[in-house]
Amino acid sequence: MSKRRPYVRPMGGWWKKNPFYVEYMVHESTALFVAAYAITLLVGLVRLGQGEAAWNGWLEAMKSPLSIVAHLAFLVAIAYHAFTWFKLFPLTMPPIIVNGKKLEPEVVVGSGWTAAILAALALLGIVWRIAA
Amino acid sequence: MVPLVKRQTRKGKHPMSEQKIIEIEVLRYKPESDQAPHSEVYKVPFTDDMSVLQGVQYIKDNFDGSLTFRWSCRMAICGSCGMMINGIPKLSCESFLRDYYPNRITVEALANFPIEKDLVVDLSGFIEKLEAIQPYIIPKEPRTLEQGEYIQTPEQFSQYIQFTSCINCTLCYAACPQVGLNPDFIGPAAMALLHRYNMDSRDGGQAQRMELVASEEGVYNCSAVGYCSEVCPKHVDPGNAVNVNKINAAKDYFLRFLSPKGGAQ
Ligand code: SF4
Ligand code: FES
Repeated sequence: MSKRRPYVRPMGGWWKKNPFYVEYMVHESTALFVAAYAITLLVGLVRLGQGEAAWNGWLEAMKSPLSIVAHLAFLVAIAYHAFTWFKLFPLTMPPIIVNGKKLEPEVVVGSGWTAAILAALALLGIVWRIAA
Repeated sequence: MVPLVKRQTRKGKHPMSEQKIIEIEVLRYKPESDQAPHSEVYKVPFTDDMSVLQGVQYIKDNFDGSLTFRWSCRMAICGSCGMMINGIPKLSCESFLRDYYPNRITVEALANFPIEKDLVVDLSGFIEKLEAIQPYIIPKEPRTLEQGEYIQTPEQFSQYIQFTSCINCTLCYAACPQVGLNPDFIGPAAMALLHRYNMDSRDGGQAQRMELVASEEGVYNCSAVGYCSEVCPKHVDPGNAVNVNKINAAKDYFLRFLSPKGGAQ
């Protein structure tokens, strides 16, 4: 009779066992902040559709201290989300070949960050112009 | 012990005075008698040139002959000596005790695999996955000997060479929580090997292999943790093979709606 009895280790709390996994959970959970911010904007859109009073109410709510703290948290979390999202580019994207050579991961990640920062600045500029 | 003393004497040192001792905590499991694994600590005298594998061998030779583990080449090429060292999947033959001293080190069987005995894991699931990806060239059309050898340009060669470096050490499986959560997931190394054949200009088996890529066991189990590529001792970047094939599988899926013949089967 076989004496084999392979032991399967439990997976409970796996993400706490390695700093790499902890960072993974942190950057994945920042997606919740992206969702929360999207919902906030969506509510604004609905209020706009409901007429002037509703819209002004939403604008007021946005100026409350709680809302400002929440928006600062959104900013930090979403910036970190974008940072780690581009950091995964070399893992998730097909290799980019330039002059017969694979582009270095640092170059790929760096270009992603640069593009993200430029896009954010451009958007800020447009909003600035519209507001002025 | 004896060879150690000799070596030190040769260097002209007093045999015992400089002997460094490191504590190695090993996760033991005897399937005949144990309900669950338990730790045992051994005090191992070592020299700076000793690997963790040699530390474990020292335990087997001097303290407990029943300690079970795999190894062969002790030069990071056979891929059989993988262990969790302080919770990190590593080849024990290329990890050195001096890098951990004076702290205690923990040694455990590779994570995400069933433990067969002590540091030996059950690899049968992994072997089945390797078979499932059809790891051989499937010719595009029948070819006779008279037609001669295949011609491949350096550029075509460079498409897949990186994925041929895998030594089947399964460190990447031990690094992948998705493998632990769903043992049926084809996983990083097998996907890297699949990609290796799909990217080979001589091969025509891509359509067959893509069925597995897109299946329940396929690439969509991956949530891009990326630790597999981090721990790979041969820089295969298996995580990239997995993720690139997510794109390939998605392309296949959408392109069949555009295909004039009404799509692949
Ligand atoms: S891909 Fe790397 S880590 Fe995974 S089995 Fe192959 S050599 Fe080992
Ligand atoms: S013993 Fe062969 S890889 Fe370590």
